[in-house]
Amino acid sequence: MQYITPLWPAFPEIFLLAMACVILIADLFIRDENRGLTYFLTQLTLAGCAALTWVTASNEPVHTFSGMFVGDLMSDVLKLVTYFGVISILVYARDYITLRGMFRGEFFALTLFATLGLMVMISANHLLTLYLGLELLSLSLYAMVALQRDSAQATEAAMKYFVLGALASGMLLYGMSMIYGAAGSLEVTRIAGVIADDGAKNVVLVFGLVFLAAGIGFKLGAAPFHMWLPDVYHGAPTAVTLFIGSVPKLAAFAFVIRLLVQALGVEEIQAHWQQMLAVMAVLSLIVGNITAIAQTNIKRMLAYSTISHMGFLLIGICAGGLNGYASGMFYAVVYVLMSLGAFGMILLLSRQGFEAENLDDFRGLNHRSPWYAFLMLLLMFSMAGVPPTVGFYAKFAVLQAIVEAGHVWLAVIAVIFSLVGAFYYLRIVKLMYFDAPEDTTPITPRGDAQWLLSVNGLAVLAFGIFPQPLMALCASAILASL
Amino acid sequence: MYALPLLSLAIWIPIFFGLAVLATGSDRNASTARVIALVGAVLGFLVTIPVYTGFSTELGGFQYVQKVEWIDAFNVNYHLGIDGVSLLLLLLNSFTTVLVVIAGWEVIQKKVAQYMASFLILSGLMNGVFCALDALLFYVFFEATLIPMFIIIGVWGGPRRVYASIKFFLYTLLGSLLSLVALIYLYFASGGSFSLLDFYDTPLGMNAQIAIFLAFFMAFAVKVPMWPVHTWLPDAHVEAPTGGSVVLAAIMLKLGGYGFLRLSLPIVPDASHALAGFMIFLSLVAVVYIGLVALVQTDMKKLIAYSSISHMGFVTLGLFIFNPQGMEGAVIQMISHGFISGAMFLCVGVLYDRMHTRDIGDYGGVVNTMPVFAAFFMLFAMANAGLPGTSGFVGEFTVIMGAMQSNFWYAFLAATTLIFGAAYTLWMYKRVIFGAVANAHVAELKDINLREFVVLGTLAVAVLVMGIWPQPFADVMHTAVSDILSHVAHSKLPGQ
Repeated sequence: MQYITPLWPAFPEIFLLAMACVILIADLFIRDENRGLTYFLTQLTLAGCAALTWVTASNEPVHTFSGMFVGDLMSDVLKLVTYFGVISILVYARDYITLRGMFRGEFFALTLFATLGLMVMISANHLLTLYLGLELLSLSLYAMVALQRDSAQATEAAMKYFVLGALASGMLLYGMSMIYGAAGSLEVTRIAGVIADDGAKNVVLVFGLVFLAAGIGFKLGAAPFHMWLPDVYHGAPTAVTLFIGSVPKLAAFAFVIRLLVQALGVEEIQAHWQQMLAVMAVLSLIVGNITAIAQTNIKRMLAYSTISHMGFLLIGICAGGLNGYASGMFYAVVYVLMSLGAFGMILLLSRQGFEAENLDDFRGLNHRSPWYAFLMLLLMFSMAGVPPTVGFYAKFAVLQAIVEAGHVWLAVIAVIFSLVGAFYYLRIVKLMYFDAPEDTTPITPRGDAQWLLSVNGLAVLAFGIFPQPLMALCASAILASL
Repeated sequence: MYALPLLSLAIWIPIFFGLAVLATGSDRNASTARVIALVGAVLGFLVTIPVYTGFSTELGGFQYVQKVEWIDAFNVNYHLGIDGVSLLLLLLNSFTTVLVVIAGWEVIQKKVAQYMASFLILSGLMNGVFCALDALLFYVFFEATLIPMFIIIGVWGGPRRVYASIKFFLYTLLGSLLSLVALIYLYFASGGSFSLLDFYDTPLGMNAQIAIFLAFFMAFAVKVPMWPVHTWLPDAHVEAPTGGSVVLAAIMLKLGGYGFLRLSLPIVPDASHALAGFMIFLSLVAVVYIGLVALVQTDMKKLIAYSSISHMGFVTLGLFIFNPQGMEGAVIQMISHGFISGAMFLCVGVLYDRMHTRDIGDYGGVVNTMPVFAAFFMLFAMANAGLPGTSGFVGEFTVIMGAMQSNFWYAFLAATTLIFGAAYTLWMYKRVIFGAVANAHVAELKDINLREFVVLGTLAVAVLVMGIWPQPFADVMHTAVSDILSHVAHSKLPGQ
């Protein structure tokens, strides 16, 4: 063991923490009309993190902080996608939060702290580090949901989120303590070693696993632990929903990989958690897709759609094997791309004193702006998994992995419910293209949001025509990290 | 050997021009959009002509093969190639696209650019289906066609277009999703390849074959459509704009027949044999029962839609009697039905554009005001009824001949269509065209203009040429059909 461990794998985190503090303090001295400066500093910080992650990326896993923290290719890729996601979120949200009086230092500081939480989760190699990252993320998000102080709906959502989130954290901790009792360590790689040596007959271990699975289900938003999701998505200001609904899923994926695959991936234990995940996956597909049909609020609808997407992601993880995990990772990345675009579109349609949150607000979008309607069409078909959009390949990779694992029935259930899902995505296309507009206010987004959204929407198509690079990246990331 | 990747051009030229048309934007540039669309459609058709002239009728297997790596992770290739059957469908599709663009020239006044773009993109995608030799590529093109068609029905369709478009989409999506699972299963069974050619040589147990056959059946039977999964078609046809109906009947339905021919038969031959009786039963139900249903329709488009289902019954019948006549007849029937149903829908479109009704009861005595149109309509109605000398006769007659070799009663039941077909088509024709002028609206009708004359005239020539001299069509596909039949004859059960 080295006494002086290299710190460089954690440079992006350290840089982000330092900059978040700087921004927090600097913002005190910035007057309202110059608030744009905070915004640019935040974006610059994220770009800096991306550069640092790029520079420190390594093919071999590197441990630091006495093995509590790991930098590997999977974490690098997920972090880079996270930065891209958060940068887009800030661009999309800028108009929205300005008009609603949230364009303040707190918003940016909280966003950065939440991002830091995500990064720590992604790179955690120790259950406590994992928990630390998770709590940093969650606490920042609770506050962000409640940021709009005068909105009763947002406050209620924050309260609900907080209570249920704390419960889930408690379960996770309880599960972790049992793992510690059984394995005698909290370090991911060591737990795996201990279990492999002792044989995995330990009842305590499996018992702990149940609590972990529940905690994971909650954080991912998988049924039957999904109750918080629609209310929080609906109640939170859309800019915050955009955050909650996108990048945290990357960290949640990393969380599952670190906890279940790396620490508890021994075959006998794996059989236990695969069963649990399979049940959660099927329930998520059923609950998510069927309930989404009944929604009239698009944020709620997308919340249920998230649940069903998480079901698909879990199926990929259930499939096991490098292929399965790679398909799960690909699904997570693609999901983030799609949900950024979809929520970005809702932000685009919202304006002063008007929240575009009902399905009807999309009515006749093709008449108002054919270009945005086209982008939304791509996003919706991608979510439904219709080729040639990237959403199809995400589903395809997962199905391929699960058929390889020999569970053809799971694949059949998954496709049948994605058919059900196709209906409510089609309904949005129907509203945009087949109906006449009720509201003819011109759509005037900022130039940068407009460009980024276009890039985002077209990326869904471009990755659909050339899925190879992204798929290969995920596959090699998983290969190098496991 | 071939300098230009002609098949890729046939796929991507229409798509590229479709996007160019889309870029012209709002209806202020409608005339530019129309011109670009026409140029794209004509170019798309022109590139298929050297494909035809350079095609060798003797060579077996696939020609114009192009193979580029696409998704390494799953060994998926951008793998194109055609045999005689694909060639004919490719030509039919590119040809129909030109007519559809011309037919929509002044009829469509709303969102012209999007209308034209949808058809061009759809045409490119369908060419892709006919050319794909990689299962995943096939699937991607097959599925992607749903998006433009959904938009076409939903935006320019009739009053119940929303219902029809969503029904169309979900119905066809269900089938294709299940076939996706089957394709993934085949990927592993064939040792990690998505190439259709590898699938052809993969041994499969009987249970697996049956399951795969049923999954494919769900995808292709819905597309054909076979009884009893045909109910989306009348709805879609009635609500679709004329161009949409034409493409739907002339090309999209062929995707189903083509799928059976390219995937089901060669990949799961034993299951195809085992379930042939079932398929023939469904086909005959379509021919006889749907023929009777067509008889009682009062809406012209619905009548032609049911007649389409009945005629497509011949295609599936011909495919599943496993002899050369049957299969060649099935392919000829697909092409001929493409011409005839397209022409019939265009004729109804001509009337609908003037009267805004498709109800047979609103017409009568049209011949008095539109004699030229009545003549064209007469020809197509006769072709639809299977009159010798038209293409409709060749396809049906060959299939019936093939059926006769297999079982007398199959042939007998199939032949009833010559009666029912004549009955529903000619009875409709009589009520619409002949008799006294029914009302003031009919009295005011103007005969077809030059544009309509060109479209209908071209189709009339096609129908007659194919009816009188079908040899060139049949020659092209002899080798392809015997290839497929040899695959079907060869059992793939392990240990045999």
